Amino acid sequence: MAPARTEREVLLATRGLTKEFRGFQAVRGVDLDIERGTVQALVGPNGAGKTTLFNLLTGFLTPTSGTITLEGRDITGQQPEQIAHLGVARSFQITSLFDQLTALEHLELALASPTGLGRRFWQSERRLATFHGRADELLDQVGMAHPAHRPAGQFAYGQKRALELALALALDPKLLLLDEPTAGMGLEDVDRTIELVRRIATGRTVVLVDHNMHVVGSLADRVTVLQQGEILAEGTYDEVRTNPDVVTAYLGQPHA
Amino acid sequence: MTEQSAPTAQLEQTAEVAPARRSTVRWVLLAIGLVAAIALPWFVYPPVAMDIAAWALFAISVDLLLGYTGLLSFGHAAFWGSSAYVTGLIAIHVGVPFPVAILGGMLFAMLIAVPIGYLSVRRTGIYFAMVTLAFAQMIYFVANQWHSLTGGENGLQGIPRSFFGIEQVETDAFYFYYAAVGLILLGAWAAWRILHSPFGRVLVAIRDNPARARALGYDVERYKVVVFVLSAGLAGLAGGVFSISHGFASLQELAWTTSGKVVLPVLGGIGTLWGGPVGAALVVLLEDKLATIGFDGIGIITGSIFIVIVLLFRRGLWGTARTVLQGLADRRHRAPRD
Ligand SMILES: Nc1ncnc2c1ncn2[C@@H]1O[C@H](COP(=O)(O)OP(=O)(O)O)[C@@H](O)[C@H]1O
Ligand SMILES: [Mg+2]
Repeated sequence: MAPARTEREVLLATRGLTKEFRGFQAVRGVDLDIERGTVQALVGPNGAGKTTLFNLLTGFLTPTSGTITLEGRDITGQQPEQIAHLGVARSFQITSLFDQLTALEHLELALASPTGLGRRFWQSERRLATFHGRADELLDQVGMAHPAHRPAGQFAYGQKRALELALALALDPKLLLLDEPTAGMGLEDVDRTIELVRRIATGRTVVLVDHNMHVVGSLADRVTVLQQGEILAEGTYDEVRTNPDVVTAYLGQPHA
Repeated sequence: MTEQSAPTAQLEQTAEVAPARRSTVRWVLLAIGLVAAIALPWFVYPPVAMDIAAWALFAISVDLLLGYTGLLSFGHAAFWGSSAYVTGLIAIHVGVPFPVAILGGMLFAMLIAVPIGYLSVRRTGIYFAMVTLAFAQMIYFVANQWHSLTGGENGLQGIPRSFFGIEQVETDAFYFYYAAVGLILLGAWAAWRILHSPFGRVLVAIRDNPARARALGYDVERYKVVVFVLSAGLAGLAGGVFSISHGFASLQELAWTTSGKVVLPVLGGIGTLWGGPVGAALVVLLEDKLATIGFDGIGIITGSIFIVIVLLFRRGLWGTARTVLQGLADRRHRAPRD
């Protein structure tokens, strides 16, 4: 009824989402609403179930119970490749690249994915050169303007993280899930990545997992706190930060 | 963001082989390979030359799965052997020119590869190897039992070599080699085309990181089934040539020892395309030499050599040679930066 609600559109929603590993519930009854165009942070101590939640949302794990809907459509139990085609892309907490391929070859693959070009075993791989222009733009966007013609297995850590982001972006996703994009970075790189994610996030919907409260504070419109697989609190950064439950459970320690 | 802020700045630039020079190397190798294929029957007994060519293509077909997709099939005898039989049956009962019979055998191998591939690609590693072996053993069993069609333990005898009435090809192994090696080269070219296609790029991605490939939207299982069927087609093509060349198809072609020839590309070096032919030439020539001097323990000799090579050259013969040559070339000319 309230007119303000019309512009708030839920892109992705979960209801009672639960994942059990041999009797241990890593995610328990999570109800999550991700609004279109927002950056939502997912925080919580190690083992809270953040990565497991990402794996459920992207089809890498099948929920024990509960549902996932994307734009109102039930996508529970769909395969990772199907969910990718529906416009959900993710980066991985532990860098996950193709060791033998160069940065450009990675992006060509990602860009070719929706076109079906990858099925053509009878054509030259030069056909993939159609994506060079867009690939260069993406590399530029993540600060890899001059990629080495070397396999990614030989990249420096920072480069791998940057390529990880570019790959997720290449799919031009409706929903971008970033699992600890600043993991293992020095302070300077963290600030750079915040800037980068801010630019990427304009006009997109992003769910971001990060341990660094500085990152969360600067980027997130809303914050969800997860603890032992359950949602402990939800709200704006300031609301969550002052929530007594959260203070005792997680934010108790001072942070930078 | 400025260029300085890029993590790229930290990258140390080491030598790379300039793409232009690398492609020159490729053409030179291709020329050497072609000359070797053409000259072979002048230096070795033509039927042995034919065996080398057939096993070389079989090794390439295995490498397509093992070296480029990361799948170890231990049941490729199913495709080599069933094509050997079907090719023989078509040649005997239909009397078409032998390339047509081989095409039939190859298509049959691809046809049975669809369900076998579909049921086995869900497994990985040793489980994939076991499932493919199980299917191959099933087909061996069927061929053994179906005596009226396959000749059972006697094998399929008297496969003709009909070739448009050109008598030299039909009767002389030397000329037959040139007629048949064209099919083998066509198969090798197909493998090269597949590996250097957009599909081939996806295969490498799947080998390196299947989960990431899925996250990018690639249906990994489907790609594996397709490459499995393509690989079976190449193994079938090789098996068909083999059975026409020998004039018979025996249960040996379907036995697990034939599947064991997966060692051929490992000897030469997997993921190199040339490794398979190098390994095949080595093993076939060695077995032939040992057989002519009347040596009994062929398996012991080839087995020992296999172990020595695998221990000494982890990338196989060809793979190691290539790495050494590339290292030398890189030291001499550093690639210019662009
Ligand atoms: N595949 C799995 N099998 C068994 N337990 C798992 C698996 N994946 C995660 N877990 C467990 O689930 C819990 C949540 O893990 P995770 O989602 O990785 O946490 P976070 O990303 O928040 O640090 C941990 O206790 C972890 O050990
Ligand atoms: Mg995690």
